[in-house]
Amino acid sequence: MIINERNIKTWSTIGPRATFGIAALELAKEIDNLMVLTCDVSTSAGLDRYRKTYPEKYLDLGIAEQNMIGVAAGLSSEGYNVITTTFAPFQTIRCCEQIKVNVGYMKQKICMVGIASGLALGNLGFTHCCIEDIGILRSIPGITIISPADSFETIKALEASVKSKHSTYIRLTGSSNNPIVYKEDYKFEIGKAIKILDGTDLTIFCAGAVVHNCLQAAEDLKEKGVSCSVVNMHTIKPIDKNAIDEACKNSKLLVSVEEHNVIGGLGSAISEHLVTIKKKPTLLTIGINDFYSKGGSYVFLKEKHGLSRNKIVSNIIENLK
Amino acid sequence: MEDNKKAILKIKNFSLELRKNILQMAYAAGASSSHFGGALSIVEIISTLFSHRMKINKDPNWDQRDRFILSKGHACLAYYAALCEVGYISKEELKTFEQDDSNLLGHPVINRKLGIDFSNGSLGMGLSLGIGVSISLKKKIQNNDVFVILGDGECNEGSVWEAAMAASNFKLDNLYAIIDKNNFQQTGSNKEIMNTDSLKDKWSSFGWDTVSLDGHNVSELYEYFNLSHNSKKPKAIIANTVKGKGFSFSENNNNWHHAVLTKSLYEQALKELI
Repeated sequence: MIINERNIKTWSTIGPRATFGIAALELAKEIDNLMVLTCDVSTSAGLDRYRKTYPEKYLDLGIAEQNMIGVAAGLSSEGYNVITTTFAPFQTIRCCEQIKVNVGYMKQKICMVGIASGLALGNLGFTHCCIEDIGILRSIPGITIISPADSFETIKALEASVKSKHSTYIRLTGSSNNPIVYKEDYKFEIGKAIKILDGTDLTIFCAGAVVHNCLQAAEDLKEKGVSCSVVNMHTIKPIDKNAIDEACKNSKLLVSVEEHNVIGGLGSAISEHLVTIKKKPTLLTIGINDFYSKGGSYVFLKEKHGLSRNKIVSNIIENLK
Repeated sequence: MEDNKKAILKIKNFSLELRKNILQMAYAAGASSSHFGGALSIVEIISTLFSHRMKINKDPNWDQRDRFILSKGHACLAYYAALCEVGYISKEELKTFEQDDSNLLGHPVINRKLGIDFSNGSLGMGLSLGIGVSISLKKKIQNNDVFVILGDGECNEGSVWEAAMAASNFKLDNLYAIIDKNNFQQTGSNKEIMNTDSLKDKWSSFGWDTVSLDGHNVSELYEYFNLSHNSKKPKAIIANTVKGKGFSFSENNNNWHHAVLTKSLYEQALKELI
């Protein structure tokens, strides 16, 4: 992949799903035994060009996600490097037990990509939103969970996952015209959080498209005299314990921000480590507060669930009092 | 002709050894009990595959082997018994069945050294694995077949039919699904729980080359698996069987779905072995 300003802008414009398709196309060039499996979503997953270019490395299972995971495991056991993809609820919850048995218990290596996770499809209702995937998959041993901050990080996450020995779930949030977090090349390593902004008062841990909102919120907070660190916790499992330890030393407040239910996601993963630390600040968990709201646009839902720039700022200010 | 007779006798003897192994494991399991009935119904099928039809050798990881998946994983007594007879599992290890820390639990756990390619037990998942393997073998231009044994009760699972639809869609002529139609499931007959009378029609309508045969008649099994099947479709074999086959107390007695083999019944069963 040529990494330059123009491409980063293009990937941002087309959004993480279409970027995933481009990244898969690149990987197919160098990986002979790559197989991409979908469930009748090639267009939505940006795979139409891939499908035409590499028909021998592509398999459409129709609208049958449980079967897709089993077929993927069968291919994996015979030495194929398999990516599966469909909309996040169907990639994870619909075939949850197949993932448990084939990927977790049996350790057949698969890279699963959940497209349009979080609230991006809010107009379609909560059948198509996905605020539960991290919580559910986190409870299955042996699966790495990555939530890329922008389209560029989607490419990094996919490449790292396909080349990893371990099974991975990549959770794609955001839509087209996806805000850019990374304007230039950087080092991405599974399991290593990235401090994007260094501050002295509090630390915001975040993952996915909301990383951008958190950076915006940090700017506003700075103007109000609150200095924030912003840490991109792109890997939610295994969680980067060192990053949490470090934040505990230097922050008056910890904040987690995620486009997911506050139960089971990033905030939960952080708190599971936090309880083992003797001296620690409070953790404010910002996310969907365990309910299904009415639907609406992505912007509307982010606002409603406290994930917009302004709502993050006001929530943090409130908790600093 | 003479060869056929010899082969059939070999399968029959293999079946006898399997039943002996099954008895020993079921007895060794003691109070933790075992899935006795559903293992006994597939003995002749698994014997025909392992002693005759499947291309296997001494190396359980031989790349050119035919592949086997026990989708109705609870019938693993028959599977372990066969893996023992082909030399992958020792008689000693069979005795560890369902013991603490054993490799041989009440449902198969992947163990390539023992010839167990996949973990199974949650019903309705094995055929999808078979499709993945079958596609892989075709892509690698390997002339091997894939055999999956499913239960008739297992065919209640919707995921079986997702897989059934896909296998014919992909024209997987190297894939065999053998449905152990013993007419029972855990808590009653198929008729009482979920009617599976028209299984043959169902598999045919899903695009499979389907036959119905007596799953305990070794000659019939031998004949079917000896024929070269030129159709481009996957093959479904509805094997009519008897749950608990081989012992007077367990045949067609669904109490033996999962039960304890006591010392007296074990001794009686040994006498009934033919």
